[in-house]
Amino acid sequence: MKRNRYKRGINQEPATTTKTAEKNISLTVNGKLHQLMVGKDVNPDHTLAYTLRETLGYTGTKIACDHGSCGACTVLMDGEAVLSCTMLTIECDGKKITTIEGLENRETGKLHPLQQAFIDYTAFQCGFCTPGIILSAKALLDKNPSPTEEEIKKELAGHYCRCGSQYLVIRAIRSLAEKGR
Amino acid sequence: MGGEYRHIGKATPRKDARAIVTGKAEYIDDLKLAGMLHGKVLRSPYPHARIKNIDTAKAEAYPGVEAVLTYKNVPGWMAGVPYHRPVLDSTVRFVGDAVALVAAETEEAANEALELIDIEYEQLQAVYDMEAAARPGAPQLHERIPNNIFPRGFRAIGEKALQELVVGDVKKGFAEADIIEEATCAYENIPNPLPPEPPGVVALWEDNEHLTIYVASQSAPMNRNFAMPALGLVDIRVIGMQCGGSYGTKNANFIPMAHAAALAKAAGRPVKVYFSKEEHFNAYTLRLGSRIHARIGIKKDGTVTAVEGEWYVDTGAASEMAQVQVAVGLGETQLLIRCPNWNLQPTLVCTNRSPSGVVRGFGGQELNCALLPLLTVVMEKADLDPVEFFKKNYMAPGAGFFWRDGIWRDYRGIDFSQAIDKGAEIFGWKDKWQGWNKPTSVKGSKVTGVGVGLHGNADIGEDESEAHVKLSSDARAVVYACVSESGMGERSSLCKMAAEVLNLPLERVNIAPADTLVNPFEFGLVGSRGTYTVGSAVIQAAEDARRQLLEMAAPLLGVKPEELDTKDGAIFPKKDPNKRIAWYKAMGISRTITGQGRFETDFSLCNCLIIFAEVEVDTDTGKMDLKRVVASTDCGQIIDPLVLEGQLHGSIGSAGIDTAVFEETVLDKDTGHILNCNMIDYKWRTFADLPSFQSLMLETPVDSHHFKAIGVGEIAPAPGAAAVLMAVNNAIGRKIMTYPATPDKILKALGRI
Repeated sequence: MKRNRYKRGINQEPATTTKTAEKNISLTVNGKLHQLMVGKDVNPDHTLAYTLRETLGYTGTKIACDHGSCGACTVLMDGEAVLSCTMLTIECDGKKITTIEGLENRETGKLHPLQQAFIDYTAFQCGFCTPGIILSAKALLDKNPSPTEEEIKKELAGHYCRCGSQYLVIRAIRSLAEKGR
Repeated sequence: MGGEYRHIGKATPRKDARAIVTGKAEYIDDLKLAGMLHGKVLRSPYPHARIKNIDTAKAEAYPGVEAVLTYKNVPGWMAGVPYHRPVLDSTVRFVGDAVALVAAETEEAANEALELIDIEYEQLQAVYDMEAAARPGAPQLHERIPNNIFPRGFRAIGEKALQELVVGDVKKGFAEADIIEEATCAYENIPNPLPPEPPGVVALWEDNEHLTIYVASQSAPMNRNFAMPALGLVDIRVIGMQCGGSYGTKNANFIPMAHAAALAKAAGRPVKVYFSKEEHFNAYTLRLGSRIHARIGIKKDGTVTAVEGEWYVDTGAASEMAQVQVAVGLGETQLLIRCPNWNLQPTLVCTNRSPSGVVRGFGGQELNCALLPLLTVVMEKADLDPVEFFKKNYMAPGAGFFWRDGIWRDYRGIDFSQAIDKGAEIFGWKDKWQGWNKPTSVKGSKVTGVGVGLHGNADIGEDESEAHVKLSSDARAVVYACVSESGMGERSSLCKMAAEVLNLPLERVNIAPADTLVNPFEFGLVGSRGTYTVGSAVIQAAEDARRQLLEMAAPLLGVKPEELDTKDGAIFPKKDPNKRIAWYKAMGISRTITGQGRFETDFSLCNCLIIFAEVEVDTDTGKMDLKRVVASTDCGQIIDPLVLEGQLHGSIGSAGIDTAVFEETVLDKDTGHILNCNMIDYKWRTFADLPSFQSLMLETPVDSHHFKAIGVGEIAPAPGAAAVLMAVNNAIGRKIMTYPATPDKILKALGRI
């Protein structure tokens, strides 16, 4: 049985570090610029999920399957919901990333309406899939402020929730969608 | 709902809600301790083999490696009854079984070191079918489990632990029956409950006698209570992290905990063992396999007169407490049908696959999912409506049952007929039910059918709980109850109960971390027990603290304590609410008050959930869709409607209703490998495929604790699978007696393939 290579992107053989050792990459995470030196801060086989969690400390990003099939590691990249466990950090140079930590207004302490709606509808149980779901929902609402129930379900189809919180998640997002109309 | 209470019965934000939605909730993989090493496990590629040689020299020499353990140098801790599950062994018994352990500075180094371990295996014959495993001459898994059949009994639940169900006289019962049928049903798709978060443990030895464990667990204290005897009674302090889903699987966590503790001891540093999802699929906890051959006798009016049969239970390669699951299963089946004559004989077998263990449903779901389809055979012969059958047969006041300890209990709880009737009404059962083997509708190749399942559990009052409630002079309260949070919202519900007793705003009541060093005794959040057991202890502790507070205030206000009341941190005579003093005036600033509460086991109450299901089958392709679910229960008093509704929605997750639709662990019986051990090949329900789901939560006050409530959470997944199977069988007019009802089975039943 093969062991899961936690730090490696799916189907990606690690590149040799010598070729890229001098390269710096920059990532803007939740508005903050991070300069990362390849070979020092980032290895070529580090996934974005790994870098966010282990190198930069954004542990709100969760890793469950680490194979791009459960949605837990979803973050926003230039506004689009992406699976951070299937992307190599070295491919994300110059990208703007939003993680779950970036939704709260740090100055006022005010939560994003989606976060508040998830609280109001208790739209989670164990909470492990919640950051990914909230970020996918944000990507959806940013494009389409009043999605139908079917559009919400389709958008969230890649998110694994095992507690059965899907119904309350839909209710929470619908409450905002109705305001968006 | 909730009209008479300030907090109870109302939807309030979970205490941990803000932490969850902002990503600040701390799960086990988010924990970093100074000097912490990463522990990794080398796993067996063979289902059954003896390790002839194992050479770890190269692994030990790999940079960053701090400890390498094999069966030769690992501590001799053991689990199971009889002891048969060591930390590591010279024999491996399933694909994924642990062979060696490595702790290293980085995960990468630990993984590299695993690859440097040289092993020579002698492959042994493997056995996968439980009846084959129990036959003479079968390959033998454990020396201590002769013939692969576990000995009966589990002393921790009593000397008379229910290990067979022998009641009355089955001969007489069959003589009284109008209809007798015999059949076999298998619920052995061994699904994986698969919480999103993989299992994980961090272990740290303070010294040789003091082990600290950080763990993702549904029941943090259970890790201490169960492991202490195995670890030679060292003091284990357990701290429960936010747990990313459990569904029964993350309770005592003996094996990952033993791996982390052994490595931490060898390395002299903290060690984290965190499973990959692949390990989670291959080497953690599956549902028990369950197969029944039984003969059932009933009268034409639906009275069950006798049940006689064999119940085979497959634990896979090892088991920590399957005997208890058998006992609870045998108890729960008596809640399902009130029958005076039983002879149900379990045979608990081990086979060469990844172990089954504790899963939401705990033996009862596995037994009832196999028994319910057998009951449909007799119901059909008698032309009985299953809803009426359940109403007639489910546990009700005046009846009773033998519970897990083998002792008879008179039932004194809710009559659930109203929940059954109301559920049927909302579902539209009377219109949809056309009789046995008859579809509800036919449109070309699309046929629909309906089914119903029922389940209940008397574990809602099992085992002991203790709680303290501490009042501080700034009018705040802290609940001390060793409850970890894996999704049930119990920590918040306990705060609500204390806030209600103390009449404080919810924001002023908090709960201490799930740390066994800080809190009094707690058994753990299993069997839907939190609401009644821990709830009772917390209510009692809050009442005790309130009493002490009012006693201190009484002389100052010149009245008797019982004439006083408190609200929002003020104390006042009930008759003269304007004459008030603040808590700190009564207590003084430099004082806290601690109230104490304790709950003792009570097996005289049970819960009940009935699930109605409607499915659509395409008779050309065999494709089956779950279209609609109605779940109905009576919980006495709702503590939080959204939390409870979420628990009922849980029937679609955690190896529940979909174990009849598509969920199964596919074991290759040539190689012993699981073929669908990833989240693409293992089928799970997506948002896009959700059925319509309605929940009904009735509130008939029950004599439990002050708030007249009982818990329901655990049983949510249990009744759904049998309901779906019944619905499919009615839709297609044929009997499928194994789970899940996949397209191939449906087409085969229809004679299409």
